[in-house]
Amino acid sequence: MHYIEPHAHMVSRTTADYQQLAMAGCAALCEPAFWAGYDRASAQGFYDYYRQLTEYEPARAAKFGIPHYCWLCINPKESEDAGFAREVLQIIPDFIDKPNVLGIGEIGLNKNTKSELAIFEEHVDMAKKYDLPILIHTPHLEDKLKGTRLIIDALKNANVDPGSVVIDHVEEHTTGMVLDAGFWAGMTLYPESKCTAARAIDMLETFGMENIWMNSACDWGISDPLAVVKCALEMRKRQHCIKTVQKVIFENPARFLSQCKNFKLPETP
Amino acid sequence: MPTKTDILDLYFMDSRAKLLDIASYLDRLDRHEGETDFRQEGFLNALQTMLETKENRTAAVLNTLSDSSTDPIEAVTIQAAYGAPQLEN
Repeated sequence: MHYIEPHAHMVSRTTADYQQLAMAGCAALCEPAFWAGYDRASAQGFYDYYRQLTEYEPARAAKFGIPHYCWLCINPKESEDAGFAREVLQIIPDFIDKPNVLGIGEIGLNKNTKSELAIFEEHVDMAKKYDLPILIHTPHLEDKLKGTRLIIDALKNANVDPGSVVIDHVEEHTTGMVLDAGFWAGMTLYPESKCTAARAIDMLETFGMENIWMNSACDWGISDPLAVVKCALEMRKRQHCIKTVQKVIFENPARFLSQCKNFKLPETP
Repeated sequence: MPTKTDILDLYFMDSRAKLLDIASYLDRLDRHEGETDFRQEGFLNALQTMLETKENRTAAVLNTLSDSSTDPIEAVTIQAAYGAPQLEN
């Protein structure tokens, strides 16, 4: 079995995790820019981070035969200071032409503030200007429902092609509104928050297998880099055929990512 | 498609263990001193919602545990999320 990990924060993971991913059949991996667990002290810190995403991590992944791609942005958590966020936004065009950049992400909202929303809209403008797909982070826990609604409204106001946007971290109360509006949906498999493998499969069975993917979003928190293949195994236990599993864990992400000019369909057995 | 028996075989024991964990958590809270807060109120509301809802229970529980306001807030007061809405929201 082979699969694409569409959302993993490898800067927070060990090289042994790359080894595990390769042995599990990971054919390509995508890393959105995110909050490092602390606020950067300067915009220059993001310059270094974008170098890490576009130079260091692709080289580290290549040692295990895994193509590494990334998304660029300033995350919503550090967008509360709009002046600081705009300084960082000015750096992003310097990296857009790097060969592993897929688009703008993971942008979105954290606590659903006016400033977060303004910076989100400026990211969307940038994606439109450079004709790039968008990966969106929806807020955590009690803030997700409201944040997802605000994000969808903002995207509609910006006249973005919903087919070029994936809205991530959906759960049962947000999946329908995302798919119904024509966006792609991402399910994040976390041991404690977001959703378990069993719930992700429930959502696939309820909302269908189209325009949806699942990811581990593994980072510095409680998370599992092998969550996608473990969910694939759970799908087999739930009597889904190999073809259906392969569609969800490989063909669907490949179809969305093929919109990104730098994405190359990975070699598979 | 799996039958109801297949689903029971796959998930009954796991769900039974989680149910006992919830019961133990409620007893544990009762045993200890001090006051609970909005999180426990949200938790109990969500439990009630789960029992009263006949379909799409997970979405109903998540909606119960969500901030129901619609406008963006002026500024961040705290960066974290708690898992249950605060009533002043």
